[in-house]
Amino acid sequence: MTTEPPSIRVAELRKSFQVPVREAGLGASIRSLVRRQTREVRAVDGVSFTIAPGEVVGFLGPNGAGKTTTLKMLSGLLHPGGGELSVLGHLPQRRERAFLRQITLVMGNRNQLQWDLPALDSFELQRAIYRLPAESFRQTRDTFIELLEVGDLVSKPVRNLSLGERMKMELIGALLHLPQVLFLDEPTIGLDVTMQRRIRSFIAEYNRQHGATVMLTSHYMADVEALCRRVIVIHHGQVLYDGALTGLVDRFAAYRQIGVAMAEPADLSGYGQVIAAEGGRITLRVPRAEAARITARILADLPIIDLTIEEPPIDDVIEQVFAG
Amino acid sequence: MLDYYWTVMKTAVMTQFQYRTANYFYMVGMVAEPVIYLVVWSMIAAAQGGSVGGYTPGALAAYYIVWTLVRNMNIVFTPYGWEWRIQHGELSAALLRPVHPLHFDIAYFAGWKLVVIILWLPLAAALSLIFRPELSPSWQGAITFALAIWGAYLIRTMLLWALGMITFWTTRVSALYELFFAAELLLSGRLVPMSLLPDWAQRLSSYLPFQWTFGFPIEALVGQLSPAQLLAGLGMQLLWIAVGGAAVALIWQRGVRAFTAVGN
Repeated sequence: MTTEPPSIRVAELRKSFQVPVREAGLGASIRSLVRRQTREVRAVDGVSFTIAPGEVVGFLGPNGAGKTTTLKMLSGLLHPGGGELSVLGHLPQRRERAFLRQITLVMGNRNQLQWDLPALDSFELQRAIYRLPAESFRQTRDTFIELLEVGDLVSKPVRNLSLGERMKMELIGALLHLPQVLFLDEPTIGLDVTMQRRIRSFIAEYNRQHGATVMLTSHYMADVEALCRRVIVIHHGQVLYDGALTGLVDRFAAYRQIGVAMAEPADLSGYGQVIAAEGGRITLRVPRAEAARITARILADLPIIDLTIEEPPIDDVIEQVFAG
Repeated sequence: MLDYYWTVMKTAVMTQFQYRTANYFYMVGMVAEPVIYLVVWSMIAAAQGGSVGGYTPGALAAYYIVWTLVRNMNIVFTPYGWEWRIQHGELSAALLRPVHPLHFDIAYFAGWKLVVIILWLPLAAALSLIFRPELSPSWQGAITFALAIWGAYLIRTMLLWALGMITFWTTRVSALYELFFAAELLLSGRLVPMSLLPDWAQRLSSYLPFQWTFGFPIEALVGQLSPAQLLAGLGMQLLWIAVGGAAVALIWQRGVRAFTAVGN
């Protein structure tokens, strides 16, 4: 039996930056002329994981956790400070052409299209950069345009497009060479819900059709829930959790939510923390270990029409993980 | 690679035609500088009995009208652009493409030059009507000029790329740029024709690349250079392109290593 090698392999990856440090004021300014002080910031501190071909992995963490630094090392934009990494069998920092042809890095806050020209012209430039055969390029481009429903926009100068429309064009441009590994850094940042949903389904479709490996960072948990079965949570440059998205909730959710429906409004604050109350529908937050006991008490004490026990929203769980 | 160059040049032409009016006003504004030089040197020539350093007012007019084209051919990606490129993450995007970014800059600005040449023709015609240049180039001179303006473009691209890459290590290099631009202004033939420079300045400039980016292309068309001088000039341009290219390769290798150590 043969096992397919992982698309991405990272072992004990490290990266530190020297950051200048200076106190405020003229005196500190003059002293810094003579003696410049720096401190070391460990952006990535011993991160290890492997990602199999075709896997879609959410890479989560608060701002400054080391997500973007890791993605930059994986895409070859940063030399690692230590450890090992390999993407599709290549050392990313060498930035070999064969490697660059197989990856893409999309950063939601950066524009790579020709601002003054219609996106179609930028796509043509991508064709030339990646030396794509004209016929297959046209097919890929037209398929993507159809999938993202931007047929009427590709002839407009990019500067006249909305943020969401531009991101769609960015994605098309970034995927025209059919990369096998996608590094997506906040691809839906600043977009409205409809646009986010469209982009998510496009990424999912691309992954399904091309078997591409996807690493996604996003502050929108809806992105992660829609696309990723597995998440890697990073905090202070270290992996806190690597596993199934559902497991994240099991492991980190310290409470559960009990939804109660009653004929009459009632005060349930004695059973747990009331986090929502609307007419006879009340939502309680209770400690995870106490959930069963409190549920039984509520059922015994009150005239309940309906009762549900739910895991807390993933956003809340993540917030709790990072706060801890 | 030819397809890549052609596509980037087309992109540049399309982009610059979007800004044709701005481009035109920019070129018209640029005319002020040579007109001032022309008026001053013409007055000096008149005061010295009709010529200065072998240049009559008509020859000076020809020099400074051709100057306007050469000046535009000299516009390349500047070190200030490098600062912007690094600060805005443009370089990161370029590093992720399987083509060296130098090719993009050469092709893009070359495409822009095609637009510049088209826009320059009516401007040159208007200046000629006003200043009555005396211009009777040899066919060898004309061919050399056509090649030398691109040679000048490539030398300057390499030099300013090499200079711009200093921003890999520090973003505060404006003073160094200004020094470079001042030396270039004085020793290239931009301020005055090379033959009007003092002997020591001419000797100094012979060790520097500047005259091959400005004075030589103009003199190839306007001056009375022999075929041997024309060939030697093109040879010097090739030499400086090679020197600049080697400097770019060396600095690029080290600069990218430094850049990818700290990132942006």
